Amino acid sequence: MAWVLVGKSADLDTDRKVIAHRAHLWLLVFLIASCFASLSIGASDASLWSALGRWMAGELLTRMEQIVLWDIRMPRTILGVLVGAALAVSGTILQGLFRNPLADPGIIGVTAGASVGAIGAIVLGASLPLFIQASVGPYLIPVAAFLGSWATVVLLYAIATQRGRTSVATLLLAGIAMAALAGAASGILIYVSDDQQLRDLNFWLLGALGGATWEKVGFAAPLILLALFCASFLGRALNGFALGEATALHLGIPVQRAKNVAILCVAAAVGTAVAFSGSIGFVGIVVPHLLRLATGPDHEPLLINSALLGGALLVWADVAARLVVAPAELPIGIVTALIGAPVFLWILLRRRGVLDL
Amino acid sequence: MRSRARNSKHTAILMSFWGAAVAIWVASSQTVYTAPKGDVLSLGGTVTEIIYALGEGHRVVARDSTSLFPEEVSALPDVGYLRALSPEGVLSVAPELIISEDDAGPVEAIDVVKAANIPFVTVPEDYTADGIAEKIRIVGEALGVPDRADVLAAGVTAQMTAALAKTTTVPEEDRKRVLFILSAAGGPIMASGTGTGANAIIELAGAKNAITDFEGYKPVTDEAISLAAPDVILMMDRHGGQAIADDDLLSRPALQPTPAAQNNAVVRMNGLYLLGFGPRTAQAVVELNQKIYGP
Repeated sequence: MAWVLVGKSADLDTDRKVIAHRAHLWLLVFLIASCFASLSIGASDASLWSALGRWMAGELLTRMEQIVLWDIRMPRTILGVLVGAALAVSGTILQGLFRNPLADPGIIGVTAGASVGAIGAIVLGASLPLFIQASVGPYLIPVAAFLGSWATVVLLYAIATQRGRTSVATLLLAGIAMAALAGAASGILIYVSDDQQLRDLNFWLLGALGGATWEKVGFAAPLILLALFCASFLGRALNGFALGEATALHLGIPVQRAKNVAILCVAAAVGTAVAFSGSIGFVGIVVPHLLRLATGPDHEPLLINSALLGGALLVWADVAARLVVAPAELPIGIVTALIGAPVFLWILLRRRGVLDL
Repeated sequence: MRSRARNSKHTAILMSFWGAAVAIWVASSQTVYTAPKGDVLSLGGTVTEIIYALGEGHRVVARDSTSLFPEEVSALPDVGYLRALSPEGVLSVAPELIISEDDAGPVEAIDVVKAANIPFVTVPEDYTADGIAEKIRIVGEALGVPDRADVLAAGVTAQMTAALAKTTTVPEEDRKRVLFILSAAGGPIMASGTGTGANAIIELAGAKNAITDFEGYKPVTDEAISLAAPDVILMMDRHGGQAIADDDLLSRPALQPTPAAQNNAVVRMNGLYLLGFGPRTAQAVVELNQKIYGP
């Protein structure tokens, strides 16, 4: 694909490589700064710095400070970083795997499957057997979303895999079919839902980090971190994929295993992210594209940079979401789409000549 | 190459305009409010109405987005939609007491708020005269004015009894069929079945719900609407021209054959007033009865 190879002159390439590696440090600093910003900005006037100062001096914090800083902002910030990193890295992996700059986590049916799960939980949750309700309690929606996303990915993977070989094209097309099917299932559930459930659905579909709790972070962190860790080894394979599967195989890349790992990573990361924060769009597309513009197409630094920038951007989007209409808050999906869509258009405009193949 | 550079310069300019626009929007929507004296966060339009009816409106420090009556509450900070509360938003208005309708959420937000040791009083929804009196007593109890609540509840009960004495005189066979339309913009007509506030208020006003085949609000096919043959169409009035005009509504093929269209019988009332089941409900019942049957 031409977009991978744009501007492939020797000088530019070494320059970009240096920039890409230097970017790790800058993006890490940016991410940490974003986290501090997220911890210190909010609707209430609890101040991180004065609380920290007094905590260092051995004084007790007020109950309000404890709750706002420790129980509200902290889990929210961590979940934001995790979800942002999960979405951005998944976008990078899928764009590499499908050799398609438009691929985003929605494409392998994860989001659609998770939506069916979540909508089902919202609409039918009250009619589940009591012992299930009692055992999952308030986590019914995330658990259902997670199961929904996994079921979809496993099914898609089974459809696209024949004699141990996964066809990326089949995966892509079957993903579209599954999304349509999941859309219909969601439609049926929405039809039988009542007024209140409809509103819950709407808010879930727009995404939010507002419900973050330590328990949710506890569930989400191991899964997302494990997926990100595995994903960080995919760089070389994804670089190979850019040249075509056959070439990658001849380069000595274990193509099928790389595909398996890639799909598993994305399913784990996005399934978890969607389960705990609803569907948040555009992070998966915008972040990898922005980074490719700045640091080139090499996937090895790109994966790490995507995680750092994705986390930081989602944290900022969340800060905006809770400040704009404070003390109320906007669904974060609105903020990411509002920022993401124009950036995406800008990328398209810049690359108009290149993409018209 | 050159045209690409110019292109990207143009887009860069466009982007910065867009960025500036967003920044201005963000800055302008940051409403600066000075916290009024008070300690109560009221969640839910009817709860807010009851607090004001009890004469305790001065204690309300913030409200949710469904609290629209009396008009002075719109000056108070708005913590957002009742079912999508932000925990920090709720805590930031520093309430010492939260009185809420029973569908506040999400659960996580409510849990955090409860963990902050702020008393949280839930007022159950109920579509009956007794239910309204009960709501008033619960709110009065929470605010520490149980005597005033008893007086108000007794007053509201008396008003309801008087209203019902009027409306229940309509003989069963003369009861008009009322179709409550939640929305008719664009797609199919969203109408009320049974078990809703709309169904309850129609019956209290001495009329019959034209559609009893399902529970809740659902989109209804045009043919079913024609078959339901409503005598009167009831809708919420909305400000700002979102609502469909009477002529457009009645010219829909589904409604054309109905008695409601032939008599041009469309009743519009304020949503909170009509469906709130609070202190003004007795008045709403009488008004709806008059609009359906004429004074």
